[in-house]
Amino acid sequence: MSHLLSVADLGAQGIEEILRLTDSFVEVSERAIPKVPALRGKTVVSLFYEDSTRTRLSFETAAKRLGADTMTFSVGTSSVKKGESVRDTVQTIEAMGVDAIVVRHASAGVPWQIARWASSVIVNAGDGWHEHPTQALLDCYTIRRRLGSLQGRRIAIVGDIKHSRVARSDVLAFTMLGAEVVLVAPPTLLPPSLEGWPVTVEHDLDETLSKVDVVYLLRMQLERQREALLPSLREYTARYGLTPRRAEHLGADAIVMHPGPMNRGVEIAAEVADLPNAVMVDQVRNGVAVRMAVLFLLLGSGTQLEGVDRG
Amino acid sequence: MDADDVQRAVWRMAHEIVERNHGLGDVVLVGLQTGGVPLARRLAGALQRIEDVEVPVGTLDVAFYRDDIGLRPVLPEAVTDIPFDLTGLIVVLVDDVLFTGRTIRAALDALTDYGRARAVQLAVMVDRGHRELPIRPDFVGKNLPTRRDEVVDVGADSVELGEMVK
Repeated sequence: MSHLLSVADLGAQGIEEILRLTDSFVEVSERAIPKVPALRGKTVVSLFYEDSTRTRLSFETAAKRLGADTMTFSVGTSSVKKGESVRDTVQTIEAMGVDAIVVRHASAGVPWQIARWASSVIVNAGDGWHEHPTQALLDCYTIRRRLGSLQGRRIAIVGDIKHSRVARSDVLAFTMLGAEVVLVAPPTLLPPSLEGWPVTVEHDLDETLSKVDVVYLLRMQLERQREALLPSLREYTARYGLTPRRAEHLGADAIVMHPGPMNRGVEIAAEVADLPNAVMVDQVRNGVAVRMAVLFLLLGSGTQLEGVDRG
Repeated sequence: MDADDVQRAVWRMAHEIVERNHGLGDVVLVGLQTGGVPLARRLAGALQRIEDVEVPVGTLDVAFYRDDIGLRPVLPEAVTDIPFDLTGLIVVLVDDVLFTGRTIRAALDALTDYGRARAVQLAVMVDRGHRELPIRPDFVGKNLPTRRDEVVDVGADSVELGEMVK
């Protein structure tokens, strides 16, 4: 049995395979009755130790559109509050007869640990600052739908790279598919070392914007304010926020992306978020289809993806 | 069958479709991915020449409706494209080879998700037998009795019977 823990495990070929399959699930999602019986009789559990309504709803919608049953394990109202360990929780869930567990956890590596204990398929829905593989897949899909291909494209990822699992997974996936990635951030919001990252770094957003096909804005994690990594949010917005004036530097075909939830007025101006080349709604829509492809590949297709971790 | 035989079979099936439905009012063709799609297009071409009517052609992939999901590798061949509501229409489902009938069973399930057709008819180039479900074609290019371990290859210009590669 296989898991989806990291985009690195997929390789370019595995990503391509998922993106190709996603086309079929976009078609399913556009139908009057957006549902197929491919995973009838399977049960998918969301095990979210960290709040994330949109990712959880996206996975649950995906599972339901495939005919699977879904269960939610909300940690806030569960026995975890009473001190139950992750291992006991997983064992309890598995004893009920589940086929896949979608895991979100604030600590890096937890999905790998669960994959060692569990006999179900494990899908990483975000672990700490580390990885968020399905977000990277839906971002690749969205770029491909808009721009045709990632090969040779220049993509700027702007903002809090240091604390962003989205940035890590995106850098891996974008570069595997042949794109060039530029990180734009204040030094305090970059990881301490970028050794081994296939990226270049810029500090001037204005200079960068006219040269990129995609500008990917990360959520400014307002809670980071307490760590004094920034002089002020206003200064961050002044230097790194995508304002209407800055957005004018973008090429006619360039697109604006954001993983959500957006802080309008901080990393992105309200007007910019509503421009036709801002594709946040596409990202959410494609996210359901990509997650359908992932769940179908892991639970229903009977095929082994080249390079997928076999746990 | 050589190219002429295939072309004759297409013409005959097209005439039968017109005759059975008293013309082509409300008739649409849906080809099954992948072998049924070129045959559906050829039938549409023949129908156009016979009746001077452009019959809409859709394509259908049944991967998500198969009853052997989990038993063998199942992946869609191509994206389904049925850009019209099937409700009230006469759907001629088109495939290259009819064998166990399980693909057609899956296709009938899939079609109901695109609307409630008035009737569904089945056109195949080759009926090779070995049915596992009570399904029978309405329009057949050629009945070709086979052994289970033989393969039937339907091309644009030929139908060939071969040994299964083991």
